[in-house]
Amino acid sequence: MTDTPPDLRFLASHEWIRLDQETKIATVGISNFAQEQLGDVVYVELPEVGAVLISGDEVAVVESVKAASEVYAPISGEVVEINNALEQDPNLVNDSPYDGGWFFKVKVEEDHQENIDSLMTTENYLQRLEEN
Amino acid sequence: MNKTFLYETHLSLNAKLVNFSGWEMPINYGSQIREHNEVRNNIGIFDVSHMSIFDITGKDSKDFLSYILANNITKIVEGQALYSLILNHAGGILDDLIVYKLHDGYRVVSNCATHDQNANWFQSNILSFDAEITYRENLGILAVQGPNSSKVLSSSVSKQLMELTNFTFIELEGLFVAKTGYTGEEGFEIIGSFDLLSELWDQLISAGISPIGLAARDTLRLEAGLNLSGTDMNTTNNPYESNLGWTVDVQDPDRNFVGKEALYTLKKNNSLKLVGCILESKGILRSGQKIIQGNREGIVLSGTFSPTLQKSIALIRVPNDFEGSAQVEIRNKLFDIKLVCPPFVRKGKIMV
Repeated sequence: MTDTPPDLRFLASHEWIRLDQETKIATVGISNFAQEQLGDVVYVELPEVGAVLISGDEVAVVESVKAASEVYAPISGEVVEINNALEQDPNLVNDSPYDGGWFFKVKVEEDHQENIDSLMTTENYLQRLEEN
Repeated sequence: MNKTFLYETHLSLNAKLVNFSGWEMPINYGSQIREHNEVRNNIGIFDVSHMSIFDITGKDSKDFLSYILANNITKIVEGQALYSLILNHAGGILDDLIVYKLHDGYRVVSNCATHDQNANWFQSNILSFDAEITYRENLGILAVQGPNSSKVLSSSVSKQLMELTNFTFIELEGLFVAKTGYTGEEGFEIIGSFDLLSELWDQLISAGISPIGLAARDTLRLEAGLNLSGTDMNTTNNPYESNLGWTVDVQDPDRNFVGKEALYTLKKNNSLKLVGCILESKGILRSGQKIIQGNREGIVLSGTFSPTLQKSIALIRVPNDFEGSAQVEIRNKLFDIKLVCPPFVRKGKIMV
């Protein structure tokens, strides 16, 4: 069982985001619940470095054997890094959804930072999963 | 929702269960890719008790099957099995099935999603024959598939299984064991009472054999180039555009069967074919995607990631003269594909 780090924020569509307060860079991935629902992940289509994301946009696609699923940007900002390891080993999304299986990193401008605070906390997200 | 007799067992094996045409079935027991590879390289056991078993008895049972099946039932004798389509009067595909010639009568195993349709179809067509059809809901089906299945089953069930050839079966001590399957590997499908099958399941699981879910069953059958009824073919498709012309026997002028008359025209006018394809780049082929060659189009029927090829593969329906390479549209972008003849994989070997 993968433990969910307590310091994340979540979208209802199962993306997580973690903001590094010092660098103002946010890392994005999908939740353990999402990877369990998808099953074996075999391909991840990531945005390009330099792409400017608008929160709510479809920015990546994660394909399991079973189905393709869109990933939405939890925050606006420029993509500064993508997880190239996923190209060789997309299964990282299954094995390590909150760590090695991250998708991309976004530089978050100051005016957008409070948008992160409005997202669900880990506690709220887990509670929501339980209720459903 | 319907549950098979192994429902609790699946739960205890950490199966992820899904609704599969009204049956709560194991989709995987952790990783479908691991399960897939286990069947390709070793052995695995599947609960496929959601499938329908019908027994046909009575004086006219052969005549009834000769009329209702598109393949010719007289090709088989006791102990043999035959793959056949059932067609509607317009020559459209209602379903596919396997029929077994028993000592007295016949046994038909057909798909779960089409159970009601088939039961009604058989029932309404059997009325003019001196024959009877019974749905055997008290029997289950296990599939044991993989290169080591003969070795394992001959030591755990009976030595006689070593000698079974493809599409034959034997009945021993309450178990009906057929050398058939849906994986492209050597394997068996075993029909029996819930008690006997539970015992066999437990015995094989204790011996370390992996349970395999329906998700791996789907990737295995796709690699084997075997059509899935309802997805790769349905009532709007004829056998010729479904790579199944070889199962339709119109040779015998004296045999009248449902759909036969329509088949002559369908064959003459057929402009489509069902073939395989491999995606040359990363990404996954999915049902419904458009195939493009020049200004003409085809469609992806079932697509998946092939664990054996480590690429995406699909069965597609395209115009008859599509050859070589074409393109597929995935999320508004075009990618190259290579057309191939299924199967993609047979007995562990890549064939394309």
